[in-house]
Amino acid sequence: MTEMMLDIRNLKVSIPTERGTLNAVRGVDLQIARGETLCLVGESGCGKSLTATSIMGLLPRYARVTTDRFDMAGQDLTGKTAAKLAKLRGRDVAMIFQDPTSALNPTLTIGRQLTEGVMRHEKLSRSAAEARAIEMLDRVGIANPAARLTQYPHGFSGGQRQRIMIASALMGRPKLLIADEPTTALDVTIQAQILTLLGELQADLGLSLLLITHDLGVVAAIATDVAVMYAGRIAERAPARDLFAAPQHPYTKGLLAAIPVPGVTPRGSALPAIPGRVPGLIGTMQGCAFRDRCAIAAPECANDPVPRIEAGQGRFVECTKAEVTA
Amino acid sequence: MLSFISKRLLVALLVCLTVSALSFGLMFVSGDPAIAIAGSGGRAEDAEAIRQAYGFDRPLIVQYLDWIGSALTGNLGQSIYFNVPVTEIIGNRAGVTLTLGFISFLVALVIAVPLGVAAALRPNGWIDRIALVIAVSGQAIPSFWLGLMAIVVFGVWYGWVPISGADTWQGYILPVIVLSYYAIPELMRITRSGMIDVLATDYVRAARAKGLPMHLVISRHALRNAVLPLVSLAAVQLGQLLSGSIVIESVFALNGLGRLAWESLLRSDLPVVQAIILILSLLYVVLTTLADILNAVLDPRLRGGS
Ligand SMILES: Nc1ncnc2c1ncn2[C@@H]1O[C@H](COP(=O)(O)OP(=O)(O)OP(=O)(O)O)[C@@H](O)[C@H]1O
Ligand SMILES: [Mg+2]
Repeated sequence: MTEMMLDIRNLKVSIPTERGTLNAVRGVDLQIARGETLCLVGESGCGKSLTATSIMGLLPRYARVTTDRFDMAGQDLTGKTAAKLAKLRGRDVAMIFQDPTSALNPTLTIGRQLTEGVMRHEKLSRSAAEARAIEMLDRVGIANPAARLTQYPHGFSGGQRQRIMIASALMGRPKLLIADEPTTALDVTIQAQILTLLGELQADLGLSLLLITHDLGVVAAIATDVAVMYAGRIAERAPARDLFAAPQHPYTKGLLAAIPVPGVTPRGSALPAIPGRVPGLIGTMQGCAFRDRCAIAAPECANDPVPRIEAGQGRFVECTKAEVTA
Repeated sequence: MLSFISKRLLVALLVCLTVSALSFGLMFVSGDPAIAIAGSGGRAEDAEAIRQAYGFDRPLIVQYLDWIGSALTGNLGQSIYFNVPVTEIIGNRAGVTLTLGFISFLVALVIAVPLGVAAALRPNGWIDRIALVIAVSGQAIPSFWLGLMAIVVFGVWYGWVPISGADTWQGYILPVIVLSYYAIPELMRITRSGMIDVLATDYVRAARAKGLPMHLVISRHALRNAVLPLVSLAAVQLGQLLSGSIVIESVFALNGLGRLAWESLLRSDLPVVQAIILILSLLYVVLTTLADILNAVLDPRLRGGS
C-alpha cells in the first residue's frame, strides 16, 4: 500500500449565517498518495476552497469543521487540537491561496517573507535561508533573484507575485502542497508556465499536490487523480485517465461534454455550463444534490443516502443511476 | 524615500506660509485693531496714536513681513494687556499644557492600541464588549462632569490627589485620566477596525499558512498594516491634546495654553491670541508631516519609486 500524504474522511464544514447554517462541505473524502496529484474540480461555490482551507486549519473561527479521520503527512490529526495541525503548517504542508496578488504583505520585503518561516522552523541562519530563497525564486523563474530579495511586493507583476507565492510555499520543502486555483488571476501564457512549473517541481521534489482548478485542460495535463465536487460532496473520484475515458456521474459527463479529446484541449478552457442552478446549501439536504439538473433523474434519486458505487482502485461515483463498467 | 521626505517638507513649508498669513490676517477680521485695542468707546485720537505706535498705519504686506521676520527670530510681539513679550507669557503657560498633553496622549495610546487589538482578535468577545463600553461612555460623558466627579471622589472624599493646580505631579493624575479617556475611544476604534480588516487579508492568512505563531503574525504582519490609519489620527489627537483644553484646564485650575487663549480673547489681547493660533497651527503642520513620514517608513508603497 502506498504511503498516504493526505487521508481525510467525511470532512464537514458548516458556517452559521443569518439565513441558517450553511452546510458548505457535506462529507468529503480525499486521499492523496505520495508524489501524486489530485485535482479537485467543480463549479464556483461548491466548497473547494473551504475544503482546502479547512485541511490547513485556517478557516475563520466561526466555521465548524468535523472529520471522521484526518491523516496528513504521516500524522494522525483526527480529533486533535488546532495546535497540532498548526505545527505542520509551513513545514510538511503548504498552501497557495486562490488570490495570488494579495497574499504578499505589502509592507515587508520579499526576502523577509520568504525566509521568515524556515528561519523559525529549521533554525536556519539568515544567509542560509536567503540562499534557499534565491534558489527557489530561481526555480520559479524570477530573474536575478538575489537582487530582488530586498524589494517589496508592489515592485512585482501579478505573474511574478504568483511565482513568489509558489516559491514561498516550497521554502519549507513540504510533503503536501495545496494549490487553490493558483493561476486564475493570470493571463493564459503565464498560466501555462506556472502549471508546467508546478508539474516539474512536483516531480523533482516528490511532493503530493492537491490542485484546485476550473481548467480541465490543466487536469488532463497534470492530474493523476480527479475528484469532481458538487454542492459540498465528491460526486465522482477516479484516476484521471479513467475519468476522461469513461465519466460515470451525469455531472462529470456534463463537464466533460465540451472536451472532445482529453489532453489535447487547450489550457484555459473553463468548465462548460450545465443548465440549471446549484441548490442552496443552507440546512439539510435529501438525496442527490444534482437531481434537479440531471437528465436521467428518477424518483429514487430523492432517497437518502445516495449510494456510493466503488469501481476499482481509487474510483467511486455517488449516483443511483450510474452504470459502472469497471 | 529622501525625495518623498523633501517633497513632503516642501508642502509643509507652503502650508506654514499660508497658515502664518491667515493668523496674521486674524488681527484684522474683527475690524480695525487699533479701535479694538482702544475700546469701542475710545477717542479717535487714542486710536490714531495706537495705530502709529503699533504700526497699523503701514501697508499690510509690510506689516506681515515685519511680523513674520520677528516671529522667525523668536519675537512674537508684545502683549497689549501685560505689556511683556508674548513669548514670555506663552512660555510660562505652555509647560503645563505640553506635559499634560504628552502624558495623556501616551496613556491613551498605551491603553487604546492593545485594547483595540485584543477586541479585534475576538470581535464580540468579552474584551470587545468592555472596549465598547469604554468607548461609548468616553464619548457620551461630558468632560467637565467627569472632571468634577473625579475631583469630588478622589480629591474631596478620599483625598488621594490635590483638587486643583499642578504644583506636584499628583496634580496631573486626574486631568490625565480625564483627557486620555476622551482620546481613547477614537484611537481604539480605529485600531480595532484596522486590525479586523488586516486580520481578514490574504497575507495574514498566508503568514499563518507559513506556520508562524500567532504573536508573530500579529506583531509583524498585522499590526504594522493596521496602524497606518491610526498614525494619521494619532497625529491629530496629539495636536488637540497639546493645544490645551479650556474645559479641563478650568475644571482642574491649571494655568495652561487653553485658558490663556480664552482669557486673551476676553481681554482682546490680540498679539497673544495670534501667537497661540500661529504656534498651534504650526504644531499641526509638524505633526501631520511627521505622521506622513512615519507612514511612509511603515508602508513602502507610500514612498513612491521602489
Ligand atoms: N467565510 C464564509 N462565510 C460564509 N459563507 C462562506 C464563507 N466562505 C465560503 N462561503 C460559502 O461557502 C460556499 C463554498 O465556498 P468556496 O469558497 O469553498 O467555493 P469554491 O468552490 O472555492 O468556489 P470558487 O470556484 O468560486 O472559488 C459558497 O457558497 C460560499 O459563498
Ligand atoms: Mg475557491
